[in-house]
Amino acid sequence: MLSISQELVDKIVAHARADHPDEACGVIAGRGGVPERFIPMENAERSPTFYRFDSMEQFRVWREMDDRDEEPVVIYHSHTATEAYPSRTDVSYASEPDAHYVLVSTRDENEVEFRSYRIVDGVITEEEVRFLP
Amino acid sequence: MAIEVRIPTILRNYTGGAKAVSAEGATLEELISNLESRHPGLKERLVDQGNLRRFVNVYLNDEDVRFLGGLGTPVSDGDTVTVLPAVAGG
Repeated sequence: MLSISQELVDKIVAHARADHPDEACGVIAGRGGVPERFIPMENAERSPTFYRFDSMEQFRVWREMDDRDEEPVVIYHSHTATEAYPSRTDVSYASEPDAHYVLVSTRDENEVEFRSYRIVDGVITEEEVRFLP
Repeated sequence: MAIEVRIPTILRNYTGGAKAVSAEGATLEELISNLESRHPGLKERLVDQGNLRRFVNVYLNDEDVRFLGGLGTPVSDGDTVTVLPAVAGG
């Protein structure tokens, strides 16, 4: 299960809306599995169907997390024309077995889908999301 | 002295759980071969058909080796090599 504050959820959704129709992506860093620090990342692909963290930005952010004793608790990205479910590419590149993979769909202008998954060894497991005030 | 190689979580099953290991070599390619002799299986996760895998980022100190010289990048004692799987998807 992912427990996440409504404030962080709102930030992820705002980022996804702002970058629509391109995919948005980023990280929530934290300790002990608790998502705390919102880090929007640049989508180096600037694409409506693909995302990739910029390699130098990823290096800086990962080192900063290391220095602060944090881990990437949440890795999020948006789907802009399809449901918030991991695609085949999402599964093949998933490389943080301890992260919650959050997907947001912005295909509907008014409603947002916000779902979370574990992706380990090519297997997708959806999990419950608890929104904290 | 040797070169420190920082290993991401997903590849630590090759290093007995170690976050960082040391290796030797004059180029990144030699370093990876040396790593392979100490931690069999690692090379295949980094290199494919003579090139770095597209979705693996390798950094020499603070630089992405793609902007240096790829596998031919010279390395020397005291350097730190960091491996990070690219975060990507569709």
